[in-house]
Amino acid sequence: MPFSRHQIAERAAREIRPGSIVNLGIGLPTLVADYLPNDHDVWFHSENGLLGMGPFPYDGDEDPQLINAGKQTVTAVPGGSFFDSALSFTMIRGGHVDLAILGAMQVSESGDIANWAVPGGRTMGIGGAMDLSCGCRRVLVLMSHRTKTDEAKLLRRCSYPLTARGVVNRVITELGVFDVTDAGFELIECAPGVTPEQVRQATDADIRLPA
Amino acid sequence: MSGRHRDKVRADAGAALSDLFDGARIMIGGFGLCGNAEALIAGVVASGAKDLTLISNNAGNLGKGLATWLQAGIVGKVICTYIGNNEDLHRLMATGDIDVEVVPQGTFVERMRAAGAGIPAFYTPTGVGTVVAEGKEVREIDGRDYVMERALAADFALIRARRGDRFGNLRFWRTARNFSPVMATAANLTIAEVDELVELGDIDPDDVHLPGIFVHRIVEVRDHEDPFEYKTVRPRPGESKDGRQEGGDAV
Repeated sequence: MPFSRHQIAERAAREIRPGSIVNLGIGLPTLVADYLPNDHDVWFHSENGLLGMGPFPYDGDEDPQLINAGKQTVTAVPGGSFFDSALSFTMIRGGHVDLAILGAMQVSESGDIANWAVPGGRTMGIGGAMDLSCGCRRVLVLMSHRTKTDEAKLLRRCSYPLTARGVVNRVITELGVFDVTDAGFELIECAPGVTPEQVRQATDADIRLPA
Repeated sequence: MSGRHRDKVRADAGAALSDLFDGARIMIGGFGLCGNAEALIAGVVASGAKDLTLISNNAGNLGKGLATWLQAGIVGKVICTYIGNNEDLHRLMATGDIDVEVVPQGTFVERMRAAGAGIPAFYTPTGVGTVVAEGKEVREIDGRDYVMERALAADFALIRARRGDRFGNLRFWRTARNFSPVMATAANLTIAEVDELVELGDIDPDDVHLPGIFVHRIVEVRDHEDPFEYKTVRPRPGESKDGRQEGGDAV
């Protein structure tokens, strides 16, 4: 059985080291926070100017001026802080954020990521995606293995407009966990019941197994 | 002759915007609809100024905020980082009636920071190898490629703060701060819309988020809509809605 969306998030939570600063992208990555242990000691960064982001507020406590980068109402945990966007991107671009967990449309075997535009599609904009991709110390991508129209998303080269070159360290899809190495994608873990051969058939790039 | 730091307080948004002109480049603080200077945004439409360059993270959303400028047809160019589902902007882009420059968010704010700090250009790793770097100088420094980005300045900055005094010292609220303090440094004339105008000294010097040197006009506006873009909540454990108490565990 391939991983469900929630199992991808649960697996991704195991990538987070206690005592680290983490930025969660919009969509699937936001689910990851639900799977951390209570004493995780992880500080979530939101690029609109919040370090120490907490869960959604209790009904009635929501403040329209306390939001995350997806413009959802959130809370700040004790020890949290607010700051302007220049300082927020100093944290990101300056390499002070330990881990970015991002969604993507395509990832190449050299670690290129495309997650902001589809050729011929509606222009949605860049937001913080380019800065997060190239500034955070480690980049973990969570995504479906293939598109809704059954096209591969792990590729030799990305065909969509790039967000950043050579930045992705690890990818988790419903089929397994992949490291981006100097020799391309390495399948370090298969989802339960999924075989490396099935992964290869679903991927438009070489898949190596760990030596 | 008075210096520019006397008599900054104005009675209303219209008076604060009296120097606005056609073709002005205007920075507007806010992350989407969060932290918008609502009265100043409405005041710009009411002023009749047109052919404006709108410099803001989002250019409004849900038909609100800066989307009202798009609806009024007073914007010739938008410099922003994210469009999302801003239907007013998509409609103008589809008909070719507007020029849109999309900038990575960190580059967007750093370009303004540079302008405010007297730095004409800088090198950043963000955007190297992407469309953002096309037509720009790319330079290798210590083994890594960087793209040169130019400073971004404006004629006006319209910002919102929680509290302000008559010198223009400001204190922001939660994530409504975002781009506002940086925009204030990068504009020729910065107008602050404050929820509460307080006496000099009421904001402790250690608690001033933006010193008044960067603010040239102040208008107090007590009532704001502050719309939610995406209101997300969770149920309070073991408590009915009727038994809700003030506060909670949020800061």
